[in-house]
Amino acid sequence: LISDNHLESLSPLLQYLISGLTNGAIYALIALGFSIIYNSTTIINFAQGEMVMLGALCAISLYHHVPSLPLAFIGGVAVVTLVGLLFERLALRPVRDQSPIVLIIITVGGAVFFEGVAMMIWGKEAYSLPPFTGNAPIHLFSATLLPQNLWVIGLGALLVLLLEAFFRFSLVGKAMRASSYNRQAARLVGIPVNRMVQLSFGLAAALGAAGGILVAPLTLGVYDMGAMLGLKGFSAAIFGGLGSILGGVLGGLIIGVAEALASGLISSGYRDAVAFLILLVVLFFRPQGLMGGRR
Amino acid sequence: VNFRRLANPWLLFALGVGLIRLSVANDYYFTLLNIIGINTLLVVGLNLLLGYAGQISLGHAAFFGLGAYTTGILTAIYGLSPWLALPAGLVVAGAAAFLVGIPALKLKGYYLAMATLGFGIIVSIFFNQAQELTGGPSGLSGIPSLSLAGFPLDSPDRLFLLIWPVLGVILLLSANLVDSRLGRSLRALHDSEAAAQSLGVNTSRAKLLIFVWSALYAALAGSLYAHTLNFIAPTSFNFMFSIKLVTMVVVGGMASIWGSLLGAAVLTILPELLTVFHDFEIIIFGAILMVVIIFLPRGLVRGILDLWEYRRYKKEGGTFPVA
Repeated sequence: LISDNHLESLSPLLQYLISGLTNGAIYALIALGFSIIYNSTTIINFAQGEMVMLGALCAISLYHHVPSLPLAFIGGVAVVTLVGLLFERLALRPVRDQSPIVLIIITVGGAVFFEGVAMMIWGKEAYSLPPFTGNAPIHLFSATLLPQNLWVIGLGALLVLLLEAFFRFSLVGKAMRASSYNRQAARLVGIPVNRMVQLSFGLAAALGAAGGILVAPLTLGVYDMGAMLGLKGFSAAIFGGLGSILGGVLGGLIIGVAEALASGLISSGYRDAVAFLILLVVLFFRPQGLMGGRR
Repeated sequence: VNFRRLANPWLLFALGVGLIRLSVANDYYFTLLNIIGINTLLVVGLNLLLGYAGQISLGHAAFFGLGAYTTGILTAIYGLSPWLALPAGLVVAGAAAFLVGIPALKLKGYYLAMATLGFGIIVSIFFNQAQELTGGPSGLSGIPSLSLAGFPLDSPDRLFLLIWPVLGVILLLSANLVDSRLGRSLRALHDSEAAAQSLGVNTSRAKLLIFVWSALYAALAGSLYAHTLNFIAPTSFNFMFSIKLVTMVVVGGMASIWGSLLGAAVLTILPELLTVFHDFEIIIFGAILMVVIIFLPRGLVRGILDLWEYRRYKKEGGTFPVA
């Protein structure tokens, strides 16, 4: 009986942990997008959250035409990757050497623009995407989770591993890392640095879109979902150490779990403030983040 | 008559305000002008911080909101006189800026931007959530109008007579501040903090001072805003508005007092003009924002002057001295 009581009191915690890790995985994917772009250009791309929104809505539209989830996933990611590549080419390459303030305004302008385009195409209503494998709840000890929770966490982890492998083992990945360490030296050994920068925007957009499509069955897709997700993903990137893959993942998961705990145990209204409170504390006491400062 | 003397910008400003007061006869235009005046107040303050001292704030809407909500709550709920509530708003926003500024201003560049952004979002969430105090997302209504010596300032044209003279004084004050010892040390630390320190400038003190100072401008603007509209809601003080303020500074021109007026005017009027496009409004706003900044990163005035000089150089067959 005592152990039963124990489980009883643990069950909400486990529940918060699961929902926290699910959201955290999305934050982590967004954080990685921020870090990839920051590494290649030292730009903070405030349009990153809009890629999440575009990914979700594109996949939903594709699914309506061709009801196949894998196709919708791949198609959505492909469209948004293209958007990311074009955004770099048209809005950011012409102003490469401007001050951070100017670059911030341009990416914010981009975010406003994308949100406006989405509102025009999809309107203001929220759309749903069916879960990848049904809606039958799975019981884990005394908590319940949806198959989609597992998809988000599992596919999120897979994407992170693929990304790490890409940067570590592939020639293009190594070339991207070289360009971020030293642009001039990379150019000297024949790496097309401009193309690497553009690629980083494409890669970041693809990661964001994947996150959006993964979470769409749980949260619905709506034109204004991007801004808050983007800012939280950014907090995760700073928390983990801007530019670090492991840091971004840890930052995302910790912020996701902290948020879920805060909304469950304290008040759900202040849920959104948690990520930014963590951001402030980290900036004031350890501005390089958890994993920063090693490079 | 010495005509040179009459070309003094302050005289022209006063003359312009007087002329507008006499020639405009429409409440809509007065309301728009009042909002431009309030936004200019905000932008001048932010420009002192961003343009002169080179310190970014992406959370300036929070100070605007703290000023507005402090006066709003004290007058609408507790029935305090607006003239007592206004200084209270200044105190609250100034104290918040002081407390946030001490740790935040140790950070540089993007990190300072993020700290102020985080602060701004937390404050805006607070405005939304502290319902019993702020009225939550549906806003706080019943904020009384100001009155001056028994003369109620309850219509847009009467408020115009308060807001624009106040703005004139603040602009004059700011222009003097820029030329003062503090102003010079701000410009010095903008270029190189180390160099400024080596010349004896207490840079962290100067940065904190100007941060609090610009928060006070924002709080003053917030109080005026609350008493102008008699109603405030959290959406007026969110992250997007902070970004809009930074954009006004850049479009008008960094480190330019009069540029602040231009930037605020252009970006306040533009959305009004764009309302004819209905749903296209935000797309066009986003596109204009990007295009202007991409092609004129130094702001409208400086940018157009640059383009004009570039053409002149080309005509004379010379090369354009790139800045």
